[in-house]
Amino acid sequence: MTIRTIALNTYKEAVRDRILYLLFFFAAATLVFSRVLALLTVGDRVKIIKDVGLASLSLFGTLMAILIGTGLVYKEIDKKTIFTLLSKPIGRGAFLVGKFAGLVLTLFVMLGLMSIIFLVILFLHSFRFEAALLVAIFYIFLELILITAVAILFSCFSTPILSSIFTLSFYLIGHTSWGLKTLIKKIPPGFGRTLARIAYVLLPDLESLNFKTEVVHGIAIPPAALVNGLLYALCFTAFVLALATLVFRKKDFI
Amino acid sequence: MANALTIENLHKSFKLGFIPKTKEILKGISLSVEEGTIFGYLGPNGAGKTTTIKTVLGLIFPDRGEIRIFGQPHLAAKARERIGFLPENPYFYDYLTAAEFLDFYGRLFRLDKEVRTERSRRLLKRVGLERAADLQLRKFSRGMLQRIGLAQALINDPAFVILDEPLGGLDPIGRKEIRDLIVQFRAEGKTVLLSSHILQDIEMICDRVAVVVDGRILNQGPLHELVSEKILFTEIALSAIDPGSVAGLGEIVSVHGERILLKVFDDAKIERVLAIVQAKKGRLHSLIPRTETLEDLFIGIVKGQ
Repeated sequence: MTIRTIALNTYKEAVRDRILYLLFFFAAATLVFSRVLALLTVGDRVKIIKDVGLASLSLFGTLMAILIGTGLVYKEIDKKTIFTLLSKPIGRGAFLVGKFAGLVLTLFVMLGLMSIIFLVILFLHSFRFEAALLVAIFYIFLELILITAVAILFSCFSTPILSSIFTLSFYLIGHTSWGLKTLIKKIPPGFGRTLARIAYVLLPDLESLNFKTEVVHGIAIPPAALVNGLLYALCFTAFVLALATLVFRKKDFI
Repeated sequence: MANALTIENLHKSFKLGFIPKTKEILKGISLSVEEGTIFGYLGPNGAGKTTTIKTVLGLIFPDRGEIRIFGQPHLAAKARERIGFLPENPYFYDYLTAAEFLDFYGRLFRLDKEVRTERSRRLLKRVGLERAADLQLRKFSRGMLQRIGLAQALINDPAFVILDEPLGGLDPIGRKEIRDLIVQFRAEGKTVLLSSHILQDIEMICDRVAVVVDGRILNQGPLHELVSEKILFTEIALSAIDPGSVAGLGEIVSVHGERILLKVFDDAKIERVLAIVQAKKGRLHSLIPRTETLEDLFIGIVKGQ
């Protein structure tokens, strides 16, 4: 009940934030632009719309998660609204999970609206509906959930600007760490390979949630990859949230 | 009478600065607040008042010491359900309207919708904001924010109300209204812990006070026991006489035109002043005996420190 109340209030707060509408406007503009881009391209125009569309959903969703997520908890502390809130019989963990759930709800609604615009544009061009696109969108959503958790973790102990930089770094590392896999195969066994392997295990691998290429080019996705991606996202999110709760529980609100 | 709040030997220090340096803020605070009373918590800026209150509310974790609310550990949900809190310079969710704001806090206490609606309406009326129910808090003045803050502190009908500087930022009428509300809380059987810089207000409404300076309580007890009722001096305002004729009988504080303000420290000299006024056909405007005030006590303690 408490988590739900805080989540709904967070949702209310987020949807009244102007930055959300600004990002939504740019996302919608980019989705429309994908149609224009397709007209200028030689080759499979539908693929261009799909490619640019899915990339837009991912990019603007990530920006929403970072820009709103990093400010959510910090704003409560900075504006001292947290004083009245935590003086009530609310657990600190419940507060944090409520904030997280509220932002996830916001992202769900925003991603849903952007996806509808994307699918409508695609349908108007190809007169076909591809269910596989929903798989890619679902995994984009899972990635956004994980990024939200990371943004909230950083905002527990850092300013919004620093938290944004940290979360953006997490996102960039997450999408480039797959290169370590290739490196591990190429370097000879020994200290270097062990180091690369440890780094790969420790660093996030957000590419395991990226099925955009497969969906755009109609490549079959192995069910194991889908299950692995799902479990990876859920476990990683739970771990980051638990870490955030641990930090938040010990915090003194001076 | 049972205690609403008991604090024993509370210690808290913070590590502050780029190169962390430990600063001890609370150095063994012990106090108790009896049920059904208004307790004034006084101290200069930085004395540790807000830190004590935040520790009681679980916003800060103490290094040492024990806090009990209605006999229960202060972090227990049952104890916190009975508390209402208004912070200093309150900031709230400014995108919510007053009615939405109170509804949100009501939900946190798991109140039914009907109870929430009824209580919100009643509280808005009680703090004089019934016409602002549908106004977003971002459009509220400081005084209005203080009032809505007080309303949220009462949404759970608490037995113990903690108010951190509730009279700050209010005009004289607003101060009187809030003061009257606090007195009403006592009449309703609620206990109030009130921290304030405005000593006059504390003196008017508090049953007991504690003076905290530099993280230590230097004096606490019932107000009438702390403040002496002995007359310190008598202030006499007179006019139409020569100031020189009364100069030797007391200290002339001011002379404005014909009007003289005289401080007389010896009771026997008061009659002599009155005799001079009568003989010289002067006018007596006022004669006020001054007993020790909370301000005198407070300044004495702080200066002594």
